[in-house]
Amino acid sequence: MEITKELVTYVAGLSRIKLTAEEEQKMEKELGAVIAYMDVLGELDTTGKEPLSHVFDIDNVMRADEVKPSYDRAALLSNAPEHTDETVVVPKTVD
Amino acid sequence: MEIAKMTALEMARGIRQGDFTCVDAVQAVLGQIEQKDGDINAYITVMKEEALQRAADVQKEIEAGGYADSPLAGVPISVKDNICTKGVKTSCASQILGDFAPVYNATVIERLEKAGAVIIGKLNMDEFAMGSTTETSFYGPTKNPWDTDRVPGGSSGGAAAAVAAGEAMIALGSDTGGSIRQPASYCGVTGLKPTYGTVSRYGLIAYASSLDQIGPVGKDAADCAALMDIIRGKDERDGTSLALTGGSLLAGLSTDIKGMKIGLVAECFESEGLDPAVASAVQGMAEQLKALGAEVETVHLPFLDYVIPAYYIIAAAEASSNLSRFDGVKYGFRAKEYDGLVDLYEASRSEGFGFECKKRILLGTFVLSSGYYDAYYKKALQAKAVIKERFDEIFEKYDLILCPTAPTTAPKLGQSLQDPLKMYLSDIFTVSVNIAGLPGLSVPCGFDEAGLPIGGQLIGNRLAEDKVLKAGFAYQSVTDYHKQWAPCDKTGGQQ
Amino acid sequence: MNWEIVMGLEVHVELATKSKIFCSCTTAFGGAPNTHCCPVCMGMPGTLPVFNEQVLDYALKAGVALNCEITRYNKFDRKNYFYPDLPKAYQISQLYLPFARNGAVEIETKAGSKTIRIHEIHMEEDAGKLIHSPFGDATYPDYNRCGVPLIEIVSEPDFRSAEEVLAYLAKLKSTFEYLGISDVKMEEGSMRADVNLSVRPVGSETFGTRTEMKNINSFKSIERAIAFESKRQIELLEAGEKVVQQTRRWDENKGKTFSMRSKEDAQDYRYFPEPDIPPLRVSEETLTKIKNEQPEFAGEKAERYVRDYGLAKEDAQIIAASKHLAKLFDDTVAISPYPKEIRYWMLSEILYFINEKGLKADNIGFSAEKFAAFIEIMAADRVNKPTGKIIFEEMLKTGDAFDIEGYIKANQLEQVDDGDLIQKTVREVIAANPKTVEQYKNGQTKVLGFFVGQTMKALGGKAKPESVNRYVKEELDTL
Repeated sequence: MEITKELVTYVAGLSRIKLTAEEEQKMEKELGAVIAYMDVLGELDTTGKEPLSHVFDIDNVMRADEVKPSYDRAALLSNAPEHTDETVVVPKTVD
Repeated sequence: MEIAKMTALEMARGIRQGDFTCVDAVQAVLGQIEQKDGDINAYITVMKEEALQRAADVQKEIEAGGYADSPLAGVPISVKDNICTKGVKTSCASQILGDFAPVYNATVIERLEKAGAVIIGKLNMDEFAMGSTTETSFYGPTKNPWDTDRVPGGSSGGAAAAVAAGEAMIALGSDTGGSIRQPASYCGVTGLKPTYGTVSRYGLIAYASSLDQIGPVGKDAADCAALMDIIRGKDERDGTSLALTGGSLLAGLSTDIKGMKIGLVAECFESEGLDPAVASAVQGMAEQLKALGAEVETVHLPFLDYVIPAYYIIAAAEASSNLSRFDGVKYGFRAKEYDGLVDLYEASRSEGFGFECKKRILLGTFVLSSGYYDAYYKKALQAKAVIKERFDEIFEKYDLILCPTAPTTAPKLGQSLQDPLKMYLSDIFTVSVNIAGLPGLSVPCGFDEAGLPIGGQLIGNRLAEDKVLKAGFAYQSVTDYHKQWAPCDKTGGQQ
Repeated sequence: MNWEIVMGLEVHVELATKSKIFCSCTTAFGGAPNTHCCPVCMGMPGTLPVFNEQVLDYALKAGVALNCEITRYNKFDRKNYFYPDLPKAYQISQLYLPFARNGAVEIETKAGSKTIRIHEIHMEEDAGKLIHSPFGDATYPDYNRCGVPLIEIVSEPDFRSAEEVLAYLAKLKSTFEYLGISDVKMEEGSMRADVNLSVRPVGSETFGTRTEMKNINSFKSIERAIAFESKRQIELLEAGEKVVQQTRRWDENKGKTFSMRSKEDAQDYRYFPEPDIPPLRVSEETLTKIKNEQPEFAGEKAERYVRDYGLAKEDAQIIAASKHLAKLFDDTVAISPYPKEIRYWMLSEILYFINEKGLKADNIGFSAEKFAAFIEIMAADRVNKPTGKIIFEEMLKTGDAFDIEGYIKANQLEQVDDGDLIQKTVREVIAANPKTVEQYKNGQTKVLGFFVGQTMKALGGKAKPESVNRYVKEELDTL
């Protein structure tokens, strides 16, 4: 299928990625080429095949409902670029 | 014998016998790194101080009779930088992770520590394991020790190059579409992608969750078997991990492969991108296996044209979701300037990810987005069903499948990224193994006229690591391609 | 024009497991921010979810209770979106194969009973809570609620009034309380309802454009929010304008709904199967076990109370709606032969304390045995009702340690039914109040109460009220 600039912009928006004008051009070209190549898949006969998400037939992997100690908060927050003693910090989400 | 030229098992024996200490071993490897890594760039982080301290502790423990069951006690090991190491920078070779230092160890790291291995560093890779050349790393490309003008393959290029250069005895890589086997092939080392679920993924920073597996990269099949014995097995923290079957892989190795039925894939040899040198090396490997008593017949994988599209759709889709958590909030890189929440996300992600990552994120977002899901993602999952069924059929009759690991030897630096589609095709013989969740081993099986190594790939049925490793071990017992040492310069190989 | 309101509900219910759905952190409510967290629920790179078996058990119980078809081959899917309350940037939910479908809930309103169809129920993880700085441009995410297990019950658009919505929510609350699968507390967010609402002219077959209201956190607010939003939509339409399909936030203080000016794109959540969690199969055996474990719910209980104990239907329904009240009733009638006396004290006193004094139905301090002993005293007429209330209150305060007999003795509370004494006292009261007697003679019969009150007071409140009444009337009428 044809990859348009609009589609690239839409998909980039959903991905929370902003492309520079230069990147956008390159992306349109390369993504277009890859997706055109993907279209080959349409030729494969998959009639009657159920989509296979989990390759092995294992199921019901469950753990018991037991509480274990949580982690040290300071450690959990230690990698955040901006944080207080209690939480990470983001720009305000409401007006 | 020079310590740095030993295999991991030889080294473990030497330490156990008191020929030299664990500290000597670590120092020998650190010496190699110091000497060569300026050219090779296999490491992102070298844990010199920690490793020496740990080596001293491990040595005491060994002398006190500890780690008795471990085949690799005291052996230095290097780890791909997408495997979480507590308190040690784990970057996925991406700017977006910054100096991220995990607060926990991956399960494989815990198991290595329990087995008395000494982790000495974190290895370079393609950013988020997305690439086949280790050129997309934020920390610069790794060079192929057989010719430093060439790529080591990827994404575990750091692991393969380090082992080839003697900068690591043995290493942990990860393989999503060939990321252990293809660089192993390019660098003349041995690499195993285990059955999906055999090795816990807990602590492996996900690229494509349904395809990713951690596996060993080593000098030979025996080293890989030893490392597998340590890291494999059910993990309660990974719901997709499988219960252990069978005994020790190392103990199960033998040169007796009489009667083993091996299928040689016809379509690989008809594939237009296949280098004739690769074709003849793999044919030669088939002959050797025959000479060892295996029965080799031609088999067919008629879906070869579809594996790359199916793989890239599935991998990119999962990646687009897995990489969404890198948003400049909880860890890693945050853009300096932004206006509000959405801009914080966009600015951090746009600056933090490299182009190949962004491309795969966008591709994955596209194939999952409303209106395209059925044509791409769902279709790819149907193709997956077709691929798995075909492998199942083959393994009803055959023990193993043999094919080239990659269509060519290592390309020159800078060449692949100019033609991304061609780069994607370098994974054509490896990705279907990930799609079907099977074990695959790449073993050195020759050199091309430029002296660059060639790998042959042995593929087994689900959980048939024992057969795969056994065939590799038997083959290596009568060949010496895996025993050659890379020159670590621009001369090309030694042949 | 006459308008009809059409509503569908999405109800989120937090399951009362001890640990979270995909990690072992506690689900306890409250806690300092980010103290109930680990690398898994914080979405740290490399972590993986492992499913809590209790979640499936609770979910299936709910599905069976709401008469759903149970999906035997279950999968989870990822719902992808960026928001600071969602550390992985995807929510693990179920889109393609929800665990329960095509259910039905019977509700009762003044107009009679009605069936509300359940479209589906799925399992998912809760998101965190965002704390907004009152001063600067900052929001502080608290991830403690991240990964608390939820079921989301999606109804068909079958509601036509707020009364129906409230009856449905009360029914769900009661059902889940009986199953013991959730705290179902709207005020703590363990039960939350989003209301999809549209209006259309009465008689119209097609649906109008709907809005989705979020952030409604009490039964009272739901009624107000529905009233406000339906009025808003009707006014728009009557003014010739259009209703815009959007999500609206209910503001409890302002009593209005507001458009959520979301910067989110058009909702394209890019769902796909969660690769990290193997499928869940529900065996015939498990399902049979779940079915056999279903308790007697409010409806059947109420019918039984009417049938076996002769309770009025409404009284029976009030008691049966609460698992805790019903248990007290069941346990007490099992050892006491006075069901109506029990009903009286539960509906008058216990309900009063619950509604007016903040008593929690799950925290009544005395046992069925203690309650039965009290009922015995009341049934035997040993103290009068007003005194009974005093004793009851003491019993509620002190709990099982309360010594009823000792209290009665110490305070000399036994009922006085000595005819001569009462008659004598009545005569004294009459003699002391000639003016009031005059009023009575002039036809002001309501002063009768005055004489009763004075007589009771003179007898320390312990006299049998019926006897006092009788003597007062007799004495006055014979004057």
